[in-house]
Amino acid sequence: MTVADKPVPVPTPVTRPFWEGTKEGELRVQKCDACGKHIFYPRPGCPFCGAADPSWVVATGRARLESYVINHLPGPGFKDDVPYVIAIVTLEEGPRMMTNLVGVDPDPAKLTLDMPLEVVFEERGDQVLPKFRPVEVKA
Amino acid sequence: MKPGEIAIVGAAETELGALPEMTELDLHADAARRALADAGLTLADVDGLTSAVHSPIDVAHYLGITPSWYDGTSVGGCSFLVHVRHAAAAIAAGLCSTVVVIHGESGRSQKGRIPRQRGADSMAGQFELPYGVVAPPNTFTLPAMRYLHDTGQTIEQLANVAAVQSQWADGNPRASRGTAKTVDEILSAKMIAWPFTKSMCCVVTDGGGALVLTSRERASDLKRPPVYVLGTGEACDSPIVSQMEDLTRSKGFRRASAAAFAEAGITVGDVDHLMVYDAFAHLPMYGLEDLGFVGRGEAGAFIEEGNTAPGGKLPMNTSGGGLCYTHTGMYGMFAMQESVRQLRREAFKQVENVHTSVVQGVGGMFTAAATLVLSDRLP
Ligand SMILES: [Zn+2]
Repeated sequence: MTVADKPVPVPTPVTRPFWEGTKEGELRVQKCDACGKHIFYPRPGCPFCGAADPSWVVATGRARLESYVINHLPGPGFKDDVPYVIAIVTLEEGPRMMTNLVGVDPDPAKLTLDMPLEVVFEERGDQVLPKFRPVEVKA
Repeated sequence: MKPGEIAIVGAAETELGALPEMTELDLHADAARRALADAGLTLADVDGLTSAVHSPIDVAHYLGITPSWYDGTSVGGCSFLVHVRHAAAAIAAGLCSTVVVIHGESGRSQKGRIPRQRGADSMAGQFELPYGVVAPPNTFTLPAMRYLHDTGQTIEQLANVAAVQSQWADGNPRASRGTAKTVDEILSAKMIAWPFTKSMCCVVTDGGGALVLTSRERASDLKRPPVYVLGTGEACDSPIVSQMEDLTRSKGFRRASAAAFAEAGITVGDVDHLMVYDAFAHLPMYGLEDLGFVGRGEAGAFIEEGNTAPGGKLPMNTSGGGLCYTHTGMYGMFAMQESVRQLRREAFKQVENVHTSVVQGVGGMFTAAATLVLSDRLP
């Protein structure tokens, strides 16, 4: 198995701004013009208040670790990566995302819930995936 | 449906385990024939049929019947609980009189499967699968660390769920894991997705099961003791686990159970026996809390105190559940079968004085949920 076997997301008309954003190094999420809430995953309307056509904004990329597993059961193309961290992170703007953690050992002692994270971007096929790494703590 | 208006009059499972000679359609057919035989009925009596993943029309045609009502709701492992709810409503409405609710799945041998692929342009395909999530063991388990953290519970308490259930399965020749295990043994099993070891994840088997439902009036003429449907509920949360409303509570469990308990006119204090769909060890903990049997953060201690174990005041997952008994992929049918066995006094580990049994199902990764309140007595 090689990286080429790993799943590559295929954007849809509704999600395309998200995937165009990652190629430009931006983590874009939707924001409802009516109720002001941030929305993820992308949708044609606001799931909170029903307003149509939410706007797109650039998120800060700052997040915290919400939950995770240290996975030993590799997905397609991930055989050489085990064990790896599959995480749910909560963006500063509110929405949660699934992701992988990078730049940290897959060790429960190193993975503290609520630890601060920041987005990094990694190429995957013809797309770019957002992943997250711990924020360096400055002395 | 009025409580007790509809009854389960036949129930049976196929052989379980590794059944490489049977396709999923064969498992459906075998399960249906066994349940009808249990009820003392034949295929000629059936005018309603349900199945999940496989179209009910495919299943009906394979059996050689032409039902006038069918339901193919396919929302994962609780589909069959949803089917019971829909079938009860359909019988009560006069759309049909005798429904067979069927499950058959070749989860282990993978014979005659319909592909369950999610496209790369689906929401899961875009926002989950690229991160190397391949299967429920590394997806359904994702909320657990947050749940344990926020409720002040431990990985040992999570492992103890599997340990207690192994006591129920102990000695049962039909159980895939039929030997009692300690918490230490469960924690030292092969790591699958930390903190979940293999023993904290369900078994993977082939098998099937079916239930026959009809009206209370008709049930009284049949040979088996009726199991009455007192209340039902169905609910939903998120199609992808990262977006569930609250990682530490199941919206589906809460909504489906509230509907079922209200319809049945019961509270948790009335429940003698509980089945909570346990694809993974955290689910019974969520179930105990979300259905209101214990307060938030109290499930682990409640289980440690032996309340759900053999001899406890709330026997739970008394077959050993998906963790120990069997789990084909869509386990809900087997949870219902154990409730029926307990209410008919024919379980492998029979509990005394069971009159009200609750079955809590889940589908997908906390995506769908359904609840049944069943009883051997009319309200
Ligand atoms: Zn809105």
